[in-house]
Amino acid sequence: MSAQAGWSRDEMAALAALDIPDGTYVNLGIGIPELVARHVPAGRELVFHTENGLLGVGPPPTPGDEDPDLINAGKSPVTALPGAAYFHHADSFAMIRGGHIGVCVLGAMQVSATGDLANWSTGEPDAIPAVGGAMDLVAGVGRVLVLMEHATRRGEPKLVERCTLPLTGVGVVSRVYTNLAVVDITPGGLVARRLAPGVALDAVRACTGAPLIDGREGERP
Amino acid sequence: MIDKRCSSPHEAVAPVHDGATVMIGGFGSAGSPVELIHALIDRGPRGLTVISNNAGCGRVGLAALIEAGRVERVVCSFPRSADAEVFASAYRAGRVALDLVPQGTLAERIRAGGAGVPAFYTPVGAGTPLGHGKERRSFGGRECVLEHALTADFALVKAERADRYGNLVYRKTARNFGPIMCMASRVAIVQARRIVEPGEIDPEAVVTPGVFVQRVVEVRGPADESDLVREGRRYP
Repeated sequence: MSAQAGWSRDEMAALAALDIPDGTYVNLGIGIPELVARHVPAGRELVFHTENGLLGVGPPPTPGDEDPDLINAGKSPVTALPGAAYFHHADSFAMIRGGHIGVCVLGAMQVSATGDLANWSTGEPDAIPAVGGAMDLVAGVGRVLVLMEHATRRGEPKLVERCTLPLTGVGVVSRVYTNLAVVDITPGGLVARRLAPGVALDAVRACTGAPLIDGREGERP
Repeated sequence: MIDKRCSSPHEAVAPVHDGATVMIGGFGSAGSPVELIHALIDRGPRGLTVISNNAGCGRVGLAALIEAGRVERVVCSFPRSADAEVFASAYRAGRVALDLVPQGTLAERIRAGGAGVPAFYTPVGAGTPLGHGKERRSFGGRECVLEHALTADFALVKAERADRYGNLVYRKTARNFGPIMCMASRVAIVQARRIVEPGEIDPEAVVTPGVFVQRVVEVRGPADESDLVREGRRYP
């Protein structure tokens, strides 16, 4: 199964956005998770938090309107929506650690069948270690959603029995959206809730590193 | 009379001594007190421990301080970026030690330091490599690690407006670590785009009350670190 098969990144982000209830305060990780903001269903209001100190993150500014003092956690220019608030770092992480942010969406290198997450270090000895806010987010936010490709470019599973890379958190992930499937982490293990169009369960199982229970709830529109 | 104003960035950073622990505000370039850091490079103290979220970009600001060989240890959460070659090479050559701290734990350790709380338990990092070797205790069935407060001899912070009492207002997401670093340092040194008369900052809008600030200096047109990096500038 090639990495291109199944859903596009935008489609994965749209699926995740559909699962976030109206009125939720949401933190989006750097990279693919940022796409979620483009796919909020009509009629739903989400408030986006960025851990460097802003609630009410708006879309990127038009070119030429960037403000170097107004950036997100990925250090990209953003805008602040009406009703936004700025705050310092300890308050920002009190929002995270204190359980005030309802959902975060993160990328991952590996997720285990028990919801362990590895997303901060490749474990290579020569790499410069850097962690940022990932450990705080997974420890404090109630529902941790992961957006990632189902397998690495070399075809190795990213959903695994046990993470081999350094952990970000233990038993923290709720649901994973890959290009092939939507998978829940449950006390019974990994449960496939939905498969990308034209993707067979056996093909998904073949590139999943842990048993995958068929938990599809029938065809959805 | 209380007057915390200094006439120049060089005068403002003059008390920073060899071996000092210095907190440096900023998240990436937003809030990076470039003029104070450059004045510190000119003044020449060595053997510094720097507490900051990142470890500098390009060859200006904190990266230039590291390149000048003044920094012995960096305590930070994210020293890696596309333009962070100065730190990377100093770290790989063993010239700079690194204490890696989760970002929120870094902020809370600084806040605790400023609030007189010597240590606290947090679930962040438990069961991960960054929790190894720390005192552990379970609360409500949840494993936590003990984290110690961080304090510093000095803080270098960028603000938008200040008055002679040291009351501060910041600008947008450049606020980031400024308020807590002022709290946690013995001498908080602040560069502000404008120093205004007492009363001009609405007391309801003061973000950092002056009690947390010891020295302020006006820097009217502060450089933006990301501009300097983009232009390939280096300091000195």
